[in-house]
Amino acid sequence: MHKSVKTPLIAFAALLLFGGLLNFGVNAYIQLIVLFVIINSILAMSLNLVNGYTGQFSLGHAGFMAIGAYTSAYASTQFSFFSESFGFIGIFVTTITGGLLASAAGFLVGLPSLRLKGDYLAIVTLGFGEIIRVTLLNMEAVGGPRGISGIPSFPNFFFSFSYSCFWALICFFFIWRLIRSSHGRGFLSVREDEIAAEAMGINTTKTKVQAFVLSSFFAGVAGALFAHVTNFISPSSFTFLMSVNAVIMVVLGGMGSLSGSIAAAFFITLMPEALRSLQEITGVDLRMVIYSLLLILIMILRPQGLFGDKELPDIWRKYVRKSA
Amino acid sequence: MQDFVQHIINGISLGSIYALIALGYTMVYGIMKMINFAHADVYMVGAFTAYYVAKWTGLESSPGVSTLLLLLVSAMIICSVLGLLIERLAYRPLRKSPKLNVLITAIGVSLFLEFSGQVIFGADPKVFPEVMNQFVIANFGGLELKSSDVTVLGVSLIAMVILNFIIQKTKIGRAMRAVSSNASVASMLGVNTDRVISFTFIVGSSLAAIGSILVGMKYPKIDPLMGMMIGLKAFVAAVLGGIGSIPGAVAGALIMGLSEEMVVGYLSSTYRDALAFGILIVILIFKPTGLFGKYSVEKV
Repeated sequence: MHKSVKTPLIAFAALLLFGGLLNFGVNAYIQLIVLFVIINSILAMSLNLVNGYTGQFSLGHAGFMAIGAYTSAYASTQFSFFSESFGFIGIFVTTITGGLLASAAGFLVGLPSLRLKGDYLAIVTLGFGEIIRVTLLNMEAVGGPRGISGIPSFPNFFFSFSYSCFWALICFFFIWRLIRSSHGRGFLSVREDEIAAEAMGINTTKTKVQAFVLSSFFAGVAGALFAHVTNFISPSSFTFLMSVNAVIMVVLGGMGSLSGSIAAAFFITLMPEALRSLQEITGVDLRMVIYSLLLILIMILRPQGLFGDKELPDIWRKYVRKSA
Repeated sequence: MQDFVQHIINGISLGSIYALIALGYTMVYGIMKMINFAHADVYMVGAFTAYYVAKWTGLESSPGVSTLLLLLVSAMIICSVLGLLIERLAYRPLRKSPKLNVLITAIGVSLFLEFSGQVIFGADPKVFPEVMNQFVIANFGGLELKSSDVTVLGVSLIAMVILNFIIQKTKIGRAMRAVSSNASVASMLGVNTDRVISFTFIVGSSLAAIGSILVGMKYPKIDPLMGMMIGLKAFVAAVLGGIGSIPGAVAGALIMGLSEEMVVGYLSSTYRDALAFGILIVILIFKPTGLFGKYSVEKV
């Protein structure tokens, strides 16, 4: 079997084994946190494609996530294509639809706004994210401020876990292989120096839009997973804070490191749960204060993030093997 | 017709508040080439300073010009110190790092102030004390000219005149203009760039403090997240006028205030926040330099 198929399959099998253990080993609270870790990993990896690898700054990731979540939730609550026992095929179809619609939105947003640079791009993507949220808030068809409830989910944790892992692996290996292709080198060159990239014959606008579209596809998928895991979504799930959360994960993990994004997703999802006991002692919610302080401190003390643009194997080779 | 004139009065008074905040954004951008996201939260701190000063000194019960002045001065001092601290602790260590890092730090500072505000002041909205007696100055057949609108306009005009004087006539103002046009050449000619940047933060934060009290007079409800939306709108105003340009910020803010008032008056108030972003996106796509901005070519 070719290596490009073998590695993901092995990883998937290992994750399934792990999921099987979790299914019986831990309670529902921890299981839900595990699912959130996977969803956040997808979110962080997809944003890393734009913010880390292509060097653009997007602050509207929650908007694309919202589109994916709403599409999938709306489609699966309004129409039932398949009988109850084949419900997961329906969820699969709606997830892909959600991802595709999100990437269409990414295309529409990206086409005009990617002519802008740096700060301006950040503000415009922030604006688009807010516009999507305000529009959803005013759309009665999708429940307005009440949102959508009773979204069908999987029969048990094992199914949701394998399904989320399936998408996380697709996202990971897709971006991993993309960045190591000649196409991906185009993305990297846009990050390093846009003018030089253009001089070398790379269509920078096209490259940026491609990165944006791919990234919004996976954000949409993450949104759809979020909708099916939590069974309830409303516009307030997808505020500016959600986008900031995604940015924090990318920055903390290292812009341009997929394993860094996953590590940061673990950290950022688990930290609030760990701080819950602190909240019981102090009586006030210090989580967000610590979050924001963390963001400032990372930028001042370690601006390249935990992993920089290295992946876990590189770091392994550099620090562990060398000392052995 | 009457409604229309009333909307114009409200729009101008709202626009002049936006202008005070937009000036802070535009000055910092002009000098450091960064968006100071935390500016809107300095404004929030200004409003809370005034609230607590009025409460502790018992000035709530005696509205008048002296109360207004005292609150203005105390909020300006606290905000200047805060602006200075933010610049020192968060932005100065990053003076030489990529713009993206500075932007992320600015967002971090903004969130930090917002959530610390929620922890310290409480998340529930508070009622801003009455600073000046509310009365109707003139009544032209149903058309009301309220004292608060006149105060808002008067105070912001005075502030802008003083700002203009500082920038155009004083030594530090000349240094600010020099740094804004070319920071490295200015520092070669003996301008202390760090001091100019600190001064800019003091001026910008003071203006935000003035803005916060004027908003408190007009819409007397304050909460720790109040800066978020008004900050974005003021930023849009600064971009609309051409970021870095001081007259541009004032013009852009007046346009924003008027158009927002018209949308609320004649269309629907649910879209008032989407309007700001709509305007922003249209400008950035068709004329990214704004109304008064300078076009600069990137040299390789």
